[in-house]
Amino acid sequence: MADPIPAISVKRLCKEFDGHEVLRDIDLDIPAGTTTCILGPSGSGKSTFLRCLNWLEIPSSGAVFLDGRRVGGETNAAGKVTVNRRELAETRAKIGMVFQHFALWRHLTVLQNVTEAPIQVLKRPRQDVETQAMAILEQVGLADKAHVYPHALSGGQKQRVAISRALAMKPKVILFDEPTSALDPEMVGEVLAVMRSLAKGGMTQVIVTHEMAFARDVSDTVVFMDGGQIREVAPAKEFFAAPKTERARRFLS
Amino acid sequence: MNGVSILWESRELFLQGALDTLTLVLGCLVLSLPLSILGAVLMNESGPSLKRALRELFDFLRCVPFLLLAYVIYYGLPELGVRLPPWWAGLVSLTLYNAAYLVEIFRAAFNGIDRDNIEAAQAFGFSRLQTYRRVILPQAVITAAPLIGNQTITAMRDSAFLMIITVQELTFTANFVSANHFSPFAPFAMAVGLYWLMSVSIEWVVGRMGIIRRSRYG
Ligand SMILES: Nc1ncnc2c1ncn2[C@@H]1O[C@H](COP(=O)(O)OP(=O)(O)OP(=O)(O)O)[C@@H](O)[C@H]1O
Ligand SMILES: [Mg+2]
Repeated sequence: MADPIPAISVKRLCKEFDGHEVLRDIDLDIPAGTTTCILGPSGSGKSTFLRCLNWLEIPSSGAVFLDGRRVGGETNAAGKVTVNRRELAETRAKIGMVFQHFALWRHLTVLQNVTEAPIQVLKRPRQDVETQAMAILEQVGLADKAHVYPHALSGGQKQRVAISRALAMKPKVILFDEPTSALDPEMVGEVLAVMRSLAKGGMTQVIVTHEMAFARDVSDTVVFMDGGQIREVAPAKEFFAAPKTERARRFLS
Repeated sequence: MNGVSILWESRELFLQGALDTLTLVLGCLVLSLPLSILGAVLMNESGPSLKRALRELFDFLRCVPFLLLAYVIYYGLPELGVRLPPWWAGLVSLTLYNAAYLVEIFRAAFNGIDRDNIEAAQAFGFSRLQTYRRVILPQAVITAAPLIGNQTITAMRDSAFLMIITVQELTFTANFVSANHFSPFAPFAMAVGLYWLMSVSIEWVVGRMGIIRRSRYG
């Protein structure tokens, strides 16, 4: 039997900013239903890589596939990008994203934050979406905050709303860029708990994080990046027990 | 006849004058808000040459004294074959002038919006138009409300100049009453009081919006 199509497949992805190469020749397959943690020192290109997956950052060359379908458009040799905006938006709607600083829409209540994209982008009926959104908020323990504005929430609560907002789109995969780095230490746990339960539930997650214990215990795969390249891809247990590369060993110690 | 009785006798004229001024200002707001939003969006989205042309246009409008703009529109348009009654010529001048300032206010408000709020919209598959409609504009209007309020008060003050092109508004009324009764002080003091009252009302509305905004945004 042939391997199933990976949820995300990255082929020879490169990204440069003004001639400065930030990602070099990245190849990676992320199987559906798995949780992948991306580790690496600061400046190694983790955020840039994550943002290339939904084309928030336009790759200089290479390609990203979601369920076998190409994300974004074509970049030719001269660096000229052709992109079908409507298609890109449709693809993005299938990729959830959770930002380091939450990025909640500040003019909308918690419930509106969660229902906004399904109603506006997926054109689903408001009634349905609201019912589903309340169920999600219940699940992350924030049903009582549904009608509050984001500024009145703690960091941990904001990030749980941000995750709910992503979940409401019923995405194929959710990207997290350091979802707990902006949180006070006592709030990290509540957010990681949500991600842990998503992992158990079979959600495909790609998580840039510095939470080593979480990466070791929850993720299926660890991707170690350094200097804009992937240096090591390994099952989480293996990576932490015995990293194969010298850089990873130094990073872990 | 003393000042008080002059005012009492002309009370309906003054009420009408104040209403006319309010109508002018409201009409100006209703027209210049969408116009300036469109201008600000165009400036944000257009290529360098159109952007430059728009900037020149708005800068030009802003540096013309309002009275002269009103003159040019009132006396100049007929030369081009467009004859507008004074009231409409006044409204057009007021709208153009006000919009040129509002464009700057909206542009600043657009720039002040958290990048990540816009990026989140993109990441969730919003089109450019949806991003404006659902994220950028609502936030811009909320943050710009106090400045829009101030600008509205300025537009109201500018509207007094329209008397010169015979638009019947509050200053026109005061002038009319004072000429009829050979008594300048009371009618003009009355007009000043009414302008003050209307400004205070606009400020009150803006203040209420500020309270709502703070309760939501912190
Ligand atoms: N918009 C940009 N313009 C220019 N250079 C950029 C831009 N974004 C990132 N870079 C550069 O790309 C490199 C990788 O940045 P990136 O943010 O992806 O690293 P990171 O691994 O996420 O780091 P951190 O752990 O600090 O978040 C850095 O050298 C950074 O300065
Ligand atoms: Mg980063």
